[in-house]
Parts: sequence; C-alpha cells; structure tokens
Amino acid sequence: MTTAISLPEGAPEEVVTNAVVRDVDLAPFGHKGTLALITIDNGLDHTRPNTLGPASLASIDAAITEAISRKPVAIAITGKPFIFAAGADLSALSFLTDRKQALAIGKLGHDVFRRLGEIDTPTFAFINGLALGGGLEIGLHCKYRTLSSTAFTALPEVFLGLVPGWGGATLLPKLIGPERAVQVIMLNALNNNTMMKAKDALALGVVDAVYQPADFLERSVGYAADVLSGKVAVERKDYSTDPSWDSVLATGKAAALKKYGGAEIASPMRALELIAASKTASLSSGFDAEDQVLADLTMSDPLRASLYAFNLIQKKRKKVEGAPKAALARKVSRVGVVGAGLMASQLALLLLRNLKCPVVMTDIDQARADKGVAWVRAELDKLVEKKRMSAEAANRLSLLISGSADQQVFANCDFVIEAIFEELSLKQELFKKLEKIVTPECVLATNTSSLSVERMSEGLANPERVIGFHFFNPVAVMPLLEVARTSKTDDATTATAVSIGKELKKTMIICKDAPGFVVNRLLTRFMGEITDAVDEGTPADVADNAMRSIGFPMSPFELLGLVGPGVALHVAETLHENLGPRYRISPTMQAMVKEGVKSFYIKGDDGKFVANPAAVALIHKGSSPSSAEEVRVRALKALAQEARMMLDEGVVSTPAEIDLCMLMGAGWPMHLGGILPYLDREGISDSECGQRFHAPGVASLPA
Amino acid sequence: MSRTVVLVDAVRTPFGKAGSLYAGTRADDLMVRAMRGLLERNPKLSPADIEDVAIAAATQTGDQGMNLGRSASLLAGLPNTVPGYSVDRWCAGAMTATTTLAGAIAMGSIDIALAGGVEHMGNHPIGEGLDPNPRFLAERIVEQDALAMGATAERLHDRFPHLTKERADRYALNSQIKTAKAYEEGKIQRDLIPTAARSAELGWGIATVDEPPRPSTTMEGLATLKTPFRPAGRVTPGNSSGLNDGATAALLASEDKAKQLGLSIKAKMVSFAFAGVEPEVMGYGPVPSTKKALATAGLKIEDIGAFEVNEAFAVQVLAFLDHFGIADDDARVNPYGGAIAVGHPLASSGIRLMLNLARTFEEKPEVRYGITTMCIGLGMGGTVIWENPHFKGGK
Repeated sequence: MTTAISLPEGAPEEVVTNAVVRDVDLAPFGHKGTLALITIDNGLDHTRPNTLGPASLASIDAAITEAISRKPVAIAITGKPFIFAAGADLSALSFLTDRKQALAIGKLGHDVFRRLGEIDTPTFAFINGLALGGGLEIGLHCKYRTLSSTAFTALPEVFLGLVPGWGGATLLPKLIGPERAVQVIMLNALNNNTMMKAKDALALGVVDAVYQPADFLERSVGYAADVLSGKVAVERKDYSTDPSWDSVLATGKAAALKKYGGAEIASPMRALELIAASKTASLSSGFDAEDQVLADLTMSDPLRASLYAFNLIQKKRKKVEGAPKAALARKVSRVGVVGAGLMASQLALLLLRNLKCPVVMTDIDQARADKGVAWVRAELDKLVEKKRMSAEAANRLSLLISGSADQQVFANCDFVIEAIFEELSLKQELFKKLEKIVTPECVLATNTSSLSVERMSEGLANPERVIGFHFFNPVAVMPLLEVARTSKTDDATTATAVSIGKELKKTMIICKDAPGFVVNRLLTRFMGEITDAVDEGTPADVADNAMRSIGFPMSPFELLGLVGPGVALHVAETLHENLGPRYRISPTMQAMVKEGVKSFYIKGDDGKFVANPAAVALIHKGSSPSSAEEVRVRALKALAQEARMMLDEGVVSTPAEIDLCMLMGAGWPMHLGGILPYLDREGISDSECGQRFHAPGVASLPA
Repeated sequence: MSRTVVLVDAVRTPFGKAGSLYAGTRADDLMVRAMRGLLERNPKLSPADIEDVAIAAATQTGDQGMNLGRSASLLAGLPNTVPGYSVDRWCAGAMTATTTLAGAIAMGSIDIALAGGVEHMGNHPIGEGLDPNPRFLAERIVEQDALAMGATAERLHDRFPHLTKERADRYALNSQIKTAKAYEEGKIQRDLIPTAARSAELGWGIATVDEPPRPSTTMEGLATLKTPFRPAGRVTPGNSSGLNDGATAALLASEDKAKQLGLSIKAKMVSFAFAGVEPEVMGYGPVPSTKKALATAGLKIEDIGAFEVNEAFAVQVLAFLDHFGIADDDARVNPYGGAIAVGHPLASSGIRLMLNLARTFEEKPEVRYGITTMCIGLGMGGTVIWENPHFKGGK
C-alpha cells in the first residue's frame, strides 16, 4: 500500500487523472470470467492529456485495489479518447525543495505501478493513444500490452534531463534487450525526442499487438481473452546473457557525448547506468536505484534549468512575447523574395510550403531568377521522392513559384523579403526602388543578420512597414525567427510578420533593431573570446576545448566551420563597428578568409576530424596564452556582460527571451536553460554583473 | 427476380436504453462497430469486393448525418473505392436498405453489398427537428394522432376492440419471457458484436448484452403502468418498444457470388413489398405489405413457417396476427422475443428481424419460408419473404 504525498508549496494544483474500474464479461470473447478494466481520465479533452501527479497515482492505486477485489481473471488499464497518459506531472517538480520529497514521488510511482507487475492476475495495458514517459511505464509494468495503430509512444525523460525512473530504465531492457532499450531510452530521446510509431513499438517489442483505433478496445479485450485461454502465446526472452550489452552501452554513451559536444551530462549518463544495472539487477533493486537517480537529478540545477527551458519553449511556441494583437495582421496572399541565390531560394521554398500562396523571386537577370525557381522545384521533387509531400501538393506549389528579372512582379505583393548581399547601401537602394513598385502597406522585410534595419528604412515614404525577419541556417530546420522592429515599425507590420512566422511554424522573439539582434550578437561575442585567446597565443585545441564540459552541441571552431569564416568575420566587423571594440577582429580569421581556408577541422583518413594544418599555419601567435579554465571563464563572462547590456538596452525585455534565442537559434542545451540559468548557477552573473538574470528557483533549485 | 439474392450474414450491436449505455458513444461509431464486426465474422469476403453500402437512420443529422453510407464506410476502414448512400424509411430503414440493395443485386448491377441501420435515440429523440407541414392538419390530410406513434397504436385498439389491453400486456410479457429464455440459451448473444461504450464518469466498458430487457416483468406489474398517449388508454411503456440506441448490419450477395466466394448463405430473398395504410393506424401496415409480398411470391400465409414481426407496439403485432388468423402466442412468431424486450432503435430494427429469422432457419430445417415484417410511421408496412437455405424435406 502506498501513502499519499502532498504537493510542495507553491506548486500549481494537480490536474488529477482519475482511475475508475468496470467489469468486462469475457464470455463473448471466448474466455470465462471477467476482466476488470481500469480507465484513467482527467476529465478534459485530448488537448490536456492525462498526467500523473501524487493524487492521480493515489487514484490509480485505489483503482488497482478495487480491481483486485472484484476477483477478475485479468486486469487491464486504458486511457481516455486519443490519450493514454503523457507521463509524470512535471509542474510540481520545479517546486520541490527537499530531496526526501523527490524520493517520495519516485517511490510512489513505483509502489503503485509495480503492483501491476507483481499481482498474480495477468495484467494488460491497452494503450489507446499517446503514451509518454510515466504513461508508457504503466504499460511496461503490465504483463502484456496492446497499442492503437495511430498512437505515438516514447520515453522522453533523457530529452528532459531525467531518466525513465518509474520502472522504464529497468523494465524495458529486460523486456526488449539492451540494444533496443538503448534505442528507445537514449537514441530516440537524444534525437530531438523522437517518438515511436505503433509499427516501430511493435517491431521493437515494446508492445505485443497493434490494433486499429476503430475497434481498438474490443480487439484488445479479444487479445486478452486469447492470451488467457492460451490461444496466443507471448514469449519473453531473457536478455541477461545477451552478448551485446557492452557494445550497445558504448553506443548509447557515444550518442550522449556527441549530442553534448563530448560532455558527460548527468541525465544520459545516469540513464545508461540504470540500463547497465538492469542486466543483473532484480526489479526491486532496479526500482530503488531509479528512485535514487530521480531524486539526485530532481534536486539538481541542470534539471531545474531543463524544466524551465522545456516550459519556455512550449509556451513561447504559442505566444510571442510583446507581439501586437493578431487581429492587426494583414492578409498575405502574395509574397516576394528579392534574390534567387541559395539563401533566397531557401526562404522562397519555406514561404511557399507554408503559406501556399504565389511566391515571386527576382534576381539581376532572368537566368539567375530561373535558377532559383528551378532549385525550389527540385526541392519539391525531392520531397515527393522521399514521400514527405504528395505529388499533387508539389504540383500545386510548383505552379505558385515564379521568377523574374523585373521587380515589377512585386507590385501586388503583401510581403517582400530581401536576401541580397549583406551591404547596407545596396539594401537601402533596393527598398527605395521597391517602394515605388509595391503598395504602401506591403511589408518590406530584411533577412540581414547584422546590418541596421532602421537605416534601411531611412528616407522611405513608409518606413513603418520595414522590419527585420532574421532566420537561421538552414532556414527550414532551425526553429528560431528573430523579428526586429525599428523605432518606426508599426504594430500592423509587426503583427503581419508574426502571423507569417507562425505560419512558418517558427518560434519567434520580437527584438529591438540592434546590431546582431540576439543570437549573433551573443555568439559573436562568445566566439570573439575564443579567437582572441588563440590570437594571444593559447593553443587552438586548448581554447576550442575549454567549453567541452558544459555540453554545447559543438565547439566554437566546429561552429565556425559550419558558419564559414567569411560570414563570421563579416558579422564580427559589423558588430565591431556598431557596438565597439569589445568585438575584436581576429587576424587569424582575416588570414583564413584571405587564404580561403574554410575550417579549423578537416576529416582525416580514418574519417575522424583532425586539426586542419592549413588553418593552424595561419594562426596569429601571440605571447600570452591562457589556460583552458581561463578561456572558459572569460567566454562566460563575456556572455553575461553582453546579455546584461542587451537587457539594459532593451533589445529584448526579458532574460527568458535571451534563453529562448539560444535554445532555438543556437541549439544550446536545455540543461543550461539556454544560457542565463547556467551563468547564474556558476556565479558568473553575480560576479560580472552584480546580479542574477533569474531569481533562485525560476530555473534553478530554490534558494 | 432475375438473380437470387442471399443474406450472407447479419449482426448487431447490443441495444441500449436511450441516454444510458451509449450516452457517451456516437451513432456513427455504433454503425462502424456493427460493420467491422460483420466483416470480422466473414473473413472470406474482401472489403474491397463490397460494391455498395446503404445505411439507414430515421434522423439524418449530426452523428447520423453526413451520408452515413459513405461516412461510416470510411470510418470503418472500407477501401475508399467502396461507394455508399443513406436511406430513410423511418423504422423500416434497414429493411429498405436491404431491399434496395437486393434490387440492385437482382438486376445484376452489383454482386455484394452491405446494408445497415442505426438509431441513437438518446442523441436524436424521436421527432427531433421535424417540421410537419401545417397542411397535414389544416387540410386534414392526416389527423393529429398520425403524428404520434403511440397515438396510432391507441387507434388500432379503437379499430379492433377485441384486441384488448390485457391481450397486449400478455403479448408483451411473452416477449420478455421468450427473450429471457433465448438469452439463457445463448441464442441472442451469438449475433451481438461486443461494443466499446464509454461514460465520462464510469470510464470505458464493453457492451455485450442488450440493456432494455426486463425479465422480471409480470402481468400485475404491466397493469399498473401509465398510458402516456391518452387518459385511460391501452398503450403503455410495458407493451411498447422503448427508446433505444443500436446499430445493425447485413451482408447481401447474389447467390452465385456467395457460392463462388464460399460465403455463408443464411437466407434467400423470395420477395418484398411495402404498402401504405391510413397514417392514423400505421401499425396495420404489415397486413397489406405482407399480402402483397405473398402474392408476388405466389405463396399463401400457410406456407410461412417462421415470422419475425417488429414489436413497435404489442397491439400492432396482434392486429397482424389477428388478420391472418394466427394465435397471439403462436410459436412460429418471434421465437426469441422482440422489440418490446430487446428494444427498437428505429431504423436499425429491420436487420435485427433478419438475423433472428436466419437463426430460426438454421434451427428449423423443416421450415421452408419465413417473413420479416414491420410497421412504418405515417402509415406503411414492409415485408420481406425469405426462403430457408437449410430446408430439408417437404415439397
């Protein structure tokens, strides 16, 4: 039996998932006796999935007791329409102040769910819809599982900075073997939280049978009857002597290291530890170990930062901070893209795919414009080939894209974005020219990464319709869009831009037009400290690896290779000019650009990346090298300083927007909370700026 | 008929009381469940071979709207190459779906078809959304009684005073007793498709038996019931069918195709007929429709060895039996009980009669012909005459 536990102070009231029991006569399904069917349902529709907090667990516990008391031949558990359960109620975790509380929540889950595995009566999970984390773990405790053919399942804990600690880390490897368990618990979670389709879950052995949703419950009861009567035999393998344990654990570890740029981050490492232990551990000792790990992680700053980041991403995906009323947005039914180079073509494709309206591209001659259009059409064909788009949809879009050398084609556009060469005078000239062609309401957007949007709007008759619309490369993949307002940009223009951004399924921040906006400004400042250190004489590998333990997805020079020294140098020069000498221009970078050396790393003969001798030869060698720790601290200090300046200048209004930018625009990890929670917990914010960015408890353990 | 049409198989969901068992279940989901259950029982038939689907409902709006024939087919997972339409002849909806498809099969337009009917009277109370033309009453096209089915039943008592309330109650009691016995012997359950039914408060359950039967019914109890259709009337909730939710489905085929695919043949269609009577005594409809169907088939009432008469009201069955000189408690009539006990989800009931008759045919190879018949609102009756494929002996 379990004891109820109460929520920590300050935690939002639990949305309770109630569990109720009904008898199902198995006679019509060919077996004698009744099945006690437990339904879990929080009473709300599918947009608010079942979650599992202490009161929900108590309700399930009571339902199991009730089910047993009915002396059924089997017990089954199922969810509400479209949803099984989306896992533990995480809302309370951020408020836990005591490790004992954390331990108790883990233990409560185990105490309730393990009953489903330990009672003599056969137990079934009829997973009728979405089952994530603790939801799927309910199923894993049961002896058998059926799954609806349209339901997605996953153990996303490692994605969130946790471990599948309500039995998953111990039960799953025993059920499906180490290799598949590592796939589900580690690789899927680390791969941007990939969920399993029903056929994957069946193939991996996570579930025993899959039925169509139209009569999922009836077929599942039929399956239960067949198992009970022996018509269906379910074989379980003992994986304890499986030869693959060591190698797959190594695979899991490699994936975790790769994800975090070589850093050993607690959540994946502890998950691997639990998986490894499950080889020989009894269920009881496995569950106990899970409790300890869950408590350790829950009472750690990285998990609190992760939860903060997760909630931030979820919330801001829907609501853009500082956005004007959506009703102010103008209808967009024709879009222009100035330029037909690669970036412009990518933008055209993204706009075309999401807005599904006519998109016109221009370039200096018809041949270049045609080339852009051809590229877009070829990409559509590729999508059809990969079965990610129907041929019909591609046909429709192909007819909507066109190219011209004559900018008059923009005449009826509602939104024109430019992606021409990054030079202010060219863009100023372009907007002046466009203004004579387009209507006064047409939004003129620029994808500039560091030039002043304000200055592009100077001298225009309608400067209020100019706005920065800054994507990240590759534009189809990177989720962030920085929307930059000048001092004159009006609300209708901003609302229109935000509405387009939503159509493009981007996460947006609205910032003041300031050099580099948010992401490039911080990244360039950060990179500058590394290149400075190298220029001063720090060995390149020391400088580049100084940040490894933090868990950034790639090192500074790996990032440089991706961005390209040319672009990076150009941004650095612009910021140097506009923000001051703290943005230095690296002689090494200048030399790389001059010599056409693209990267610090090249692929060696064995496929591994090694230092590029051509780059190493260009390093401007100073005489005051720093230690790795010194590099790390100065880079972090620079970030804190710059973030504080941005807030003081009002580039964005809240620290959360800076974090959101780094999470979505730079791919910085959730356990850093973006970046500011990390700077807070390392004491850098205090020492450098005299204050934290977030109050204790917001993205960290409470004080 | 140019080609013989056969009933391959028929099933139904358990029936519920309106607002109870299926209060949280959609009508189209009930229909889909019956269709899928039917197909699951007939694995030799590839769903792609179904050439038309006709689904009936008396109120065709909301979850019974959107052309159920097509929408339920898509929801049931039939290939999108299978067409479908919806039909309405009020209570005889599923019967009409069957006869209309049979006509297409007999003509050679199609070989295999699926007929069905559904009524969720909890979601669609009888008369929902009706807007009778004022001319009906102003011009005395019908009397007020014609628009309330219970009142038409009272009018039958008026017309045939010897069909007393006591006889109606006894008939109703007998229906409950026969149903209870059939349940005991497992004769009803075998054609019920277990159907998931969710209640927000109780969670998921699975309906496996009919909810309406009242096996504890007594004559004394029946005598105390109110007569809601007129003061001192004779029609009570006890000697009428109730307000119910449920769905039925049947597979039809040309005899040749059924044989070719190795499908079961449960009954062969001999003839069918629909006929009209004064709307005020709509319960009398089965008399003329049966006469006509017999005439078409060249049969006499004495040739019929099994009857499935829908029990909208006990008096309406009695009027039918009385006309043809059949005793109130004739064993050939509704051997498993009828709608008074198991319920009458309006448009679905026609196929329930067929699946019962098919079971009688199986049990009684000495019976050659049987009929299914029912009365229909606004003064109609429908009758289908079937031949027993298991018939042995005799002429």
